[in-house]
Amino acid sequence: MVGKAEPVNGSVKSGSNQSIPATMQSPLKKSDLIPNLSLKTLKLKTKQQELLIRVSILCLVYVLAFITRLFSVLRYESMIHEFDPYFNYRTTLFLTEKGFYEFWNWFDSESWYPLGRIIGGTLYPGLMVTAAIIYWLLRFLRFAIHIREVCVLTAPFFASNTTLVAYFFGKEVWDSGAGLVAAALIAICPGYISRSVAGSYDNEGVAIFALLLTFYLFVKAVNTGSLAWALASAFAYFYMVSAWGGYVFIINLIPLYVLVLLITGRYSMRLYVAYNSMYVLGMLLAMQIRFVGFQHVQSGEHMAAMGVFFLLQVFFFLDWVKHLLSDTKLFQAFLRITVTTAIGVGAIALGVGMASGYISPWTGRFYSLLDPTYAKDHIPIIASVSEHQPTAWSSFMFDFHILLFLFPAGLYFCFKRLSDATIFIVMYGLTSMYFAGVMVRLILVATPAVCLISAIAVSATIKNLTLVARAKSKVTQTGSVRGSSSSKGSSKPFQRNGAIALLLGAFYLLSKYATHCTWVTSEAYSSPSIVLAARGAHGNRVIFDDYREAYFWLRKNTPPDAKVMSWWDYGYQITAMGNRTVIVDNNTWNNTHIATVGRAMSSYEDEAYEIMRSLDVDYVLVVFGGVTGYSSDDINKFLWMVRIGGGVFPVIKEPDYLVNGEYRVDKGAAPKMLNCLMYKLSYYRFGELTTEYGKPPGYDRARGVEIGNKDIKLEYLEEAFTTSNWIVRIYKVKPPNNRW
Amino acid sequence: MGFRFDLLMFMIVLLSVPVLSNLILSNVDRRIDLTTQAVRITSTLKVENTGSDLVSEVLLAFPDDQAKHLAYLTATNNEGKGKAKSSSVSFPVDVVRPKGMHPSLTFYSVSLPKGLGKGASLTLDVLAVFAHALQPFPERITQPDIQLVVFNETAHYLSPYAVKVQSLTVKLPDARIESFSKIENTKIHGSEVKYGPYENLPPFSYSSIVVHFEANQPFAIAQQLIREIEISHWGNVQVTEHYNLVHGGAQSKGEFSRLDYQARPHVRGASAIRHLVAKLPPRAHSIYYRDEIGNISTSKLWGDPKKTELVIEPRYPMFGGWRTAFTIGYGLPLQDFLFHSEGKRYLNISFGSPINEVVIDTLIVKVVLPEGSADISVSAPFPVKQGQETKFSHLDVVGRPVIVLEKTNVVLEHNQHFQVYYKFSSLSMFGEPLMLISGFFFLFVACIIYMHADLSISKSSPSYLAKLQWDEVQAGVQQVRNIFDRCLTLHDKLEASLRDLSRTGDVQACKASRKAVDGLLKDISKDLKPLLLSLQSSPQAAQILPKVEELVAKERDLQEKLMVKHSTVVDSYEKKLSGREIENRVALQQQKITALRQEVDDLLDFIDEI
Repeated sequence: MVGKAEPVNGSVKSGSNQSIPATMQSPLKKSDLIPNLSLKTLKLKTKQQELLIRVSILCLVYVLAFITRLFSVLRYESMIHEFDPYFNYRTTLFLTEKGFYEFWNWFDSESWYPLGRIIGGTLYPGLMVTAAIIYWLLRFLRFAIHIREVCVLTAPFFASNTTLVAYFFGKEVWDSGAGLVAAALIAICPGYISRSVAGSYDNEGVAIFALLLTFYLFVKAVNTGSLAWALASAFAYFYMVSAWGGYVFIINLIPLYVLVLLITGRYSMRLYVAYNSMYVLGMLLAMQIRFVGFQHVQSGEHMAAMGVFFLLQVFFFLDWVKHLLSDTKLFQAFLRITVTTAIGVGAIALGVGMASGYISPWTGRFYSLLDPTYAKDHIPIIASVSEHQPTAWSSFMFDFHILLFLFPAGLYFCFKRLSDATIFIVMYGLTSMYFAGVMVRLILVATPAVCLISAIAVSATIKNLTLVARAKSKVTQTGSVRGSSSSKGSSKPFQRNGAIALLLGAFYLLSKYATHCTWVTSEAYSSPSIVLAARGAHGNRVIFDDYREAYFWLRKNTPPDAKVMSWWDYGYQITAMGNRTVIVDNNTWNNTHIATVGRAMSSYEDEAYEIMRSLDVDYVLVVFGGVTGYSSDDINKFLWMVRIGGGVFPVIKEPDYLVNGEYRVDKGAAPKMLNCLMYKLSYYRFGELTTEYGKPPGYDRARGVEIGNKDIKLEYLEEAFTTSNWIVRIYKVKPPNNRW
Repeated sequence: MGFRFDLLMFMIVLLSVPVLSNLILSNVDRRIDLTTQAVRITSTLKVENTGSDLVSEVLLAFPDDQAKHLAYLTATNNEGKGKAKSSSVSFPVDVVRPKGMHPSLTFYSVSLPKGLGKGASLTLDVLAVFAHALQPFPERITQPDIQLVVFNETAHYLSPYAVKVQSLTVKLPDARIESFSKIENTKIHGSEVKYGPYENLPPFSYSSIVVHFEANQPFAIAQQLIREIEISHWGNVQVTEHYNLVHGGAQSKGEFSRLDYQARPHVRGASAIRHLVAKLPPRAHSIYYRDEIGNISTSKLWGDPKKTELVIEPRYPMFGGWRTAFTIGYGLPLQDFLFHSEGKRYLNISFGSPINEVVIDTLIVKVVLPEGSADISVSAPFPVKQGQETKFSHLDVVGRPVIVLEKTNVVLEHNQHFQVYYKFSSLSMFGEPLMLISGFFFLFVACIIYMHADLSISKSSPSYLAKLQWDEVQAGVQQVRNIFDRCLTLHDKLEASLRDLSRTGDVQACKASRKAVDGLLKDISKDLKPLLLSLQSSPQAAQILPKVEELVAKERDLQEKLMVKHSTVVDSYEKKLSGREIENRVALQQQKITALRQEVDDLLDFIDEI
């Protein structure tokens, strides 16, 4: 019974399932003597003490999860971060101002000019509705707060809620001790914090909560076979679908899990009830989200769930037949026939569906998950996003720290005590770890699993160690009181010391984890990326607020119907902060449109002018880091523009911009590179500027070279605005010359 | 300059208008200050009554196109010359429309409360401030160009009265003067242009002059400024000012080059607004400066006991025609601005903007009074449009009354204090904290009720019944636990009596205590019986029952062993055996007792865990 673990302070079980733990506890509990001596003075029953400690730990963890995400608010201000959150913020603002129906039917003419975008039908509304409901609720309670504050704090709030779910999940899978550890681990795990700091108002902020809640409720439903839990998990699934596209992970993992249970012979009525009600109701509910629509019955990604659903019916049928037939031989034959027919019918149905186009094939994004090299070859627009790159080992270490080593240990404990719940957590852990390896951003999905499994390892280990340590200490204590040598315990003199040493080691590791998490949160994940900060020469903090400077200039000093062309990264920010129409934005739904912009950026000025005229562009915005040394600027992204543009318009050829396969901007750069629009707009009049002492004028600090074309003349555009550190440059497209 | 031509045309018409009264202006001295964007005209008028009637008003005339820019007008009586200005009295000024006057003139009447008798004279200081009186010319300039403005005035004082002697001084900024109208008696003196003296001019004389000069001071115009002043009786006056700012100078055209601007900011972009200075009251705190999209980091703050100075830079340098919008906010200590008088409270705070160089087209001042204020009245030093609305802020039920004061064309001279009187009971302050407290109170009460209430739907479902039984079992076990606690204390008492014995040797007392303990233990075992029976009858207790029974057996064993030990020791004492012998005799028993006690403790702890 090494793996047998009870929470340190004893466990409280509700009446319905007390029978199992009670029998299993007995061998252990004898040694569990001493700890309550001091607490007894409080006149509380052990159970109450345990409850009190547990609740206070949970409350502390809840608060900790919230406050550790507030670094950015304290360092900068209460503001929205990054790119996508600006879109979410803008839509939430619209939702709170205009109401739900307007929001649902919103056609946005400010983006994707001249196509526009049907916002209501192309987004996951969960996040916005959640924030709006919180906002309305607070308003109703007469707290006069701004919607921005709600949006900024939504992610930390849901992160706190996630810790509660993690606790209950851990309790369900293992015991309440593991639950507590899981809550504490997930509260500060950098992998999760990276997407849930204050201001990171993104779908993932609420989606991880919804994901874990769905899993927890489903496991609970499988464990109890209760219809109520299954329905609850269906509603959690609905919430997840409404919040994030990552719901596809749930709708594939759960069927896979059911399949594994079926194969390992763990089929039960509980599973049948849980899966059927969850799947059917969850599917119907998910169809209510317009962006998802009928995908549950029509798209290839969702077919696994449906297949398992039918398979489960076959299992039930076979079970029933087996119950009726007493002859095993006859049943074997029947089984063979039924399974063959079922698989045959399923395969034919799938084939017909695929062939007739009723069932859509897998999307590129799905393929790129299964095959990490797929996006690189086929969909440059997915590959161009940095968070879609395969994960480096260092970022695993960065985001998980000791959890990376605890994870296998936890798997070991899970396999030692295999149950329906532990099988689930093992599968969740293994699949999500694979996906985390494929894409950096999916570390987020793996984080809850890694935390839970590691929590099992930590909890079980510490439990065992404390048992050893306490058993000894009790004997010595009683011995000293009685003044006589104890009868037992002298047999293993080193065991206790060893246990104490190991315990200290474990606490050292955990405290290291805590400091690492805080450090990572503070250093890496709490920067809003819209405001850049650097250290000045005297160690003081220098703020580069150029983005907002430029967006606010656009907002105030351009005509309200002006169209701004920029690379798609800045689309959401321009519409949200600049309040101007953009050609492309971060919702990369139309590859051709993006390719057109890429083509314009990589053409000569006169060609680009034609394209810009045809798109009705009034202003062009480029991001340039040559003065400040800001490296994620448009020149460094330029090759992706060329690739994406060239993917649709073959006149753009990547080799034209390279010299011997090398990308450079100095004198040795390719002639087309030196004269394309992006180069000209970035370096216009840069050749006259001395950026660094002791370097020639026109020295690009981001790339560390002197630029190759210092004499740039613009014919069809003129500089309209450049921010104080030159990070954003805006050009006005001149009207065509009068012909006479 | 077709405009000038028009004026000359209607001057001919004006000259035919009859003289209003018997007043004449014996001396007019005007000084026009063009160093800021608000044009300040200070006129010293010496008024004489040549008629026989008592005159109670003096008329001031302005052409309409000037009058619509008129922001501020006062007339003060300048009794003693020069130093004694403190004794000056300001007279009420009103718009009037005297009959028979040309419609393109606006008249203001200065009422003289005492009147001006026959032959008497009076010196009036008239200060008129005009916003938007300087016109940029040329209207569009490029970044390196300097900004030039023109100013139109009349060299002869426009008045319905005859003027005997007059002169005019135009003060220009210390910069280039492009041109100025040269008429008779024109002199230039550094940056001052002097016209006059002119003598014996009839009423409504007009002689247009134009000054064209370089003006690089910022033309910061707030098209709208909303100042919200919120009073909290917890000790704070919160002021929030929303500016909608535009550079009202010459429009910029062509490229904006950051390079040029960075290299030589005072040449390439001389007229740009780089920063503004807000002079806040002393002890201002919690100052912020932001706009719709967030905090603006380019601001500096200095504070000393006399004033707080906030230097703010807009996000970008503002060239002609560029716009921006921002909000500054600050808190002020309540006791500096809120006073009591005659049972009422009143707020006494400045009306205009703390940024002096800004000319405000529309200023809206909102004073948010605490919820429950009543009997509200406003007293302002100049006419303003008044309104009232309601604002809902934190924890408001009926909303806070808001006084809205609106005024157009506001300049520096309007930075005067105004008062808002209201009644407010101090007890109302505690309304909102009490609401919060009661809110939490009811939350906790609801939690307690939830914990204690039985909310299950079906009272007959098996799981519900099982839960009830389990609760019963737990209660029973708890009672058993208590009883054993009592037993154990009794055991301890026995041991204690033995120790007493070894100290005092009082055998009888020891025996008595044994008897007493024995009796008590018997009682306890009687109490225990019904509990055990009830536990046996409950199916839920199946797992616990063996433990409890084991416990009972062990305890009884322990009890017996203790009694035996006790009697052995007492016997030995009676036999007067030595201490060592006694110890030898009870050693074996003692060991057994210790072991038993250990087991009992273990069992009790196990029961605790349930």
